Amino acid sequence: MNFGFNDEQELLRSTARKFFENECASDTVRRLMETPEGITPELWKKMAEQGWLGLVYPEAYDGMGLGLVDLVVLMEEMGRAVVPGPFFSAVILGGLAILEAGSEAQKKEWLPRIGAGDTRVALAWMEPSAQLGPAGVTLTAAEKGGRYTLSGVKLFVSDAHTADALVVAARTKAGAGADGISLFLLPRGTAGLQVSLLPTMDQTRKLCEVTCADVTVGADALLGAANGGWAPLARVLDRATVALCAEMCGGAQKVLDMTVEYAKIRQAFGRPIGSYQGVKHRAADMLVDVENSKSITYYAAWALDEGASEAPLAVSMAKAYVSDAFRRVAAAGIQLHGGIGFTWEHDLHLYFKRAKGSEFTFGDATHHRERVAQLVNL
Amino acid sequence: MDFTLTPEQESFRDEVRRWLATHMRQEWVARLRQGSDIPRPEAYEMLRRWQRQMFEAGFVGLTWPKEAGGRGLTFMEEMILQQEMALSKAPPVLNILAIGMAGPTIIAYGTDEQKKRYPPRMLSCEEIWCQGYSEPNAGSDLASLQTRAEKDGEHYVINGQKVWTSLAHIADWMMLLARTDPAAPKHKGITYFLLDMKSPGVTVKPLKQLTGDAEFNEVYFDNVRVHESQILGGLNNGWAVGLTTLMYERLALGFGLQVRLRIALDGLVDMARATKKNGIPATQDPVMRQKLAQLWIDTEVFKYTGARAITKLLKGELPGPEASAGKMMWVEGHQRVQELAMEIQGAFSQLTHGSQWAVADGLWQHTFLRSRANSIEGGTTEIQRNIIGERVLGLPKG
Repeated sequence: MNFGFNDEQELLRSTARKFFENECASDTVRRLMETPEGITPELWKKMAEQGWLGLVYPEAYDGMGLGLVDLVVLMEEMGRAVVPGPFFSAVILGGLAILEAGSEAQKKEWLPRIGAGDTRVALAWMEPSAQLGPAGVTLTAAEKGGRYTLSGVKLFVSDAHTADALVVAARTKAGAGADGISLFLLPRGTAGLQVSLLPTMDQTRKLCEVTCADVTVGADALLGAANGGWAPLARVLDRATVALCAEMCGGAQKVLDMTVEYAKIRQAFGRPIGSYQGVKHRAADMLVDVENSKSITYYAAWALDEGASEAPLAVSMAKAYVSDAFRRVAAAGIQLHGGIGFTWEHDLHLYFKRAKGSEFTFGDATHHRERVAQLVNL
Repeated sequence: MDFTLTPEQESFRDEVRRWLATHMRQEWVARLRQGSDIPRPEAYEMLRRWQRQMFEAGFVGLTWPKEAGGRGLTFMEEMILQQEMALSKAPPVLNILAIGMAGPTIIAYGTDEQKKRYPPRMLSCEEIWCQGYSEPNAGSDLASLQTRAEKDGEHYVINGQKVWTSLAHIADWMMLLARTDPAAPKHKGITYFLLDMKSPGVTVKPLKQLTGDAEFNEVYFDNVRVHESQILGGLNNGWAVGLTTLMYERLALGFGLQVRLRIALDGLVDMARATKKNGIPATQDPVMRQKLAQLWIDTEVFKYTGARAITKLLKGELPGPEASAGKMMWVEGHQRVQELAMEIQGAFSQLTHGSQWAVADGLWQHTFLRSRANSIEGGTTEIQRNIIGERVLGLPKG
């Protein structure tokens, strides 16, 4: 047993940290988050040149063939720098959907281009019901003569407005279960496909509403087999959940670092505020939250990479724990900074808002605690 | 990153598992099945025999060097052993203060004579140890201790009082911190003695706790004579030696605590399944499910944070202040297990041993009350937070 990162992973960490410090410092983040795109083509290209956009894709599709544990390292650093843009939506959600569900030809067509930074695919699965299980997929895809007509609304779709194509989860058979869900790959501009950008609390995350108003496509638009879309989608969501947890760990660590630095220099009543137990003890609690978040996230990533039977349990334990922990840490960071922590100028609100958005992405702590209860047969 | 065991570790795990399957104390498991732990005072004799059995099978002192009677294995094997003990709900090791604290400290600081004399009898439970640190006016601020040791020829004469001394009433030896130089700054004038509890002038008085039991004691020293050869680690060097002990304490506790938390949680889940609330098992109540699942998660998280600390240890880094985080987490988790047990029992939580209506004959009531000490013993939660704040985060002292 070894619960540490190897030399290559440590190198990835230090490279990524330096990269984002140089290319995506706070002033850049703030500039990008004010734009609808949340990214510049130049920054996206530079990330592609690092090989990060194809980090977890197999070498057969021009990827680096690395695992989730490696991705965790990169995500922690992206979370630390609160990097905006479509990495999560395009590389993880869209790309992994194609990898998990797509035919060989579809993987060959799309994955090398995503990895090279030439194209981006978003994943549209949630709907206004915000239900997380298969029952939440109600957008219909009615078949007639080998063609499908998609009707319905998708919500909380990351970066649909800048994606070159959308993977849309739809019902090709009546019912509420996992059977009968199909994935469709719809290029931007498909007739009847409407995308609108939603104002979000976390401006670094761009969420969209996607409407399919009688979008009619051929069977070649199916991503993988008809009616078999839920299983690959669930695998994508488990992986994405762990990647998100890692990003949250990175953000939480940064909030702790900022808070400790500030507590050492900020004086009150003639001494640094960090010398007061009221501050010190809350900082200690933050550390425990951060360290525990990392432990369970790393374990979940390893379990998924290994295909371990307890992987889904590990994923839900991680998301339940980290959702609460990042929210607590971000709030404590603002509190311990005092008034300055409440200003727009200070970076803390970027992390606080990221924590809040991430908390509800892929299910909050309450959702995942119930899943844990089911998986351990409570 | 790799959580799989090597073939050697797997075969060690199988060895432990086989042994536990055939040697488990069934009376312990049967009683434990109804609760989360068993009051120690009712089990001392059984626990003494149990440790002896474990010792003879080679499962006590795994990480100790062979010349001290150990097996010279790593903390990885220790973790495997502890996990298997948790899964089978095995009784704990009685002489834990010797195994976890006194022994490693003697191995680190002792003379050849001391290293030969003491550690082997700790492992076999022939000699039980207690810890003479806390005093009525020196707890968290341990360096303020006032028990004096005055030189008289080749001896030191001890006068003073210790308190909250677990196992003192059955202990053969004490790790004693006493002041040998009252003029020196408070950290500089303390010496660490190995004290024979049968020495004339030592009086042990049981101290009744709020549980009604007397697990710990007051210990009085009235002109107790100790030979200078009983000093560990040099005159006036007791603070450094004592801190080493505490470092090992938190490490040893870290392993053991994880086991006890797992056992307590399993007991809680069993109890919740068997307890109806509003006509359905408590495990089917949505609010109780949430609380149980959170405790399940916290227990697992605790395990993996511990495993990360072990990885550091195996890379040659010393047990550091992160052990404080482990202790804090255990305390918080265990107290919540006990609180939730009371919540699930509802009105029945008021009834204790002796009532036919009491759940599990009042075992949970005992462990619930006992758990209040968790955040005080072995360094209060406030002190652990200071340690994390100052030594991990580098915040200034107050």
